[in-house]
Amino acid sequence: MPKVTSLEDLRRIKEQASDLTSARSKGKVRVIVGMGTCGIAAGAREVMQAVLAELDKRGLKDVSVETTGCIGMCQQEPLLDIIRPGEPRITYGNLSAADVPRIVAEHLVNGNVVEEKVIGRAD
Amino acid sequence: MLDDLSQHILDIAENSVAAGASRVDVLLVEEDDLGFRVLEIRDDGRGMDAEMVRRVTDPFVTSRTTRRVGLGIPFLKQAAELAGGSFSIESVPGSGTCLRAVFRAGWIDCPPLGDLPATVVTLFAGYPGIRWVFRFSCGERSFEVDQKEILEIVEDPELMRTPPVASWLRDFIQEGLEEMRTGGEVCAQSNES
Repeated sequence: MPKVTSLEDLRRIKEQASDLTSARSKGKVRVIVGMGTCGIAAGAREVMQAVLAELDKRGLKDVSVETTGCIGMCQQEPLLDIIRPGEPRITYGNLSAADVPRIVAEHLVNGNVVEEKVIGRAD
Repeated sequence: MLDDLSQHILDIAENSVAAGASRVDVLLVEEDDLGFRVLEIRDDGRGMDAEMVRRVTDPFVTSRTTRRVGLGIPFLKQAAELAGGSFSIESVPGSGTCLRAVFRAGWIDCPPLGDLPATVVTLFAGYPGIRWVFRFSCGERSFEVDQKEILEIVEDPELMRTPPVASWLRDFIQEGLEEMRTGGEVCAQSNES
């Protein structure tokens, strides 16, 4: 059996997490996953889990992972938006969990948009 | 159609969010030995009048006149009825909505439970300001996760959106559910190393 994950562990995460509060500051990156009925049916929750797992693996703490409802592009779900401060909002579509590590590495870490998966951008 | 109960929970919970709920209680009872499973979702949102309650279970009416509610409720109703079960919804305008789906366990069309931890993590991160209370029970054993308890430790709701906390929550629920099902001691004690 793995060790029991306890509330104590969470307290420790919180204590070590003075840098987590930087997530509140203005410079944070936002990742937004569409979580309407359409998104859920297409696998949006798995995409979101993959995002959280990849960020955790890479120790990227100053990223906020959020969800939103249906935005009317149901046929392109799962959708994921990335907003880096001072850059256009990039919308990726037709994603699967397998696309996530590459988007995190190239876009979130290195700042290069993964063009082939982009379906929209807005300033 | 959605694949499993965990996806239905996520989907229906979005309705509670849209209804302005500040607390949502999700109860999932597994009584497989007795032959049934129950899913109950109760919120303190703005509720619906009788006419609206009648409409939301009918996809052909709701898809146009109550578009904001969506297909989630008809999907769940269909899933319950296909599994030899039943579906009901009660709502009081101004005080909230309670929705209940019963399934026959072991029925060929009884939906699988799915990835319950992923659903809880998604809701905590997606709506960190709502008090989510999940209670799972399996026979005489149960496991509960209350957002209030987590919030008392992390203090800042925004931390629910951060990967370390989300990852902790996923493991916490996964292990809690395993302990509940395998009959071990469900304990929240620290395992100091």
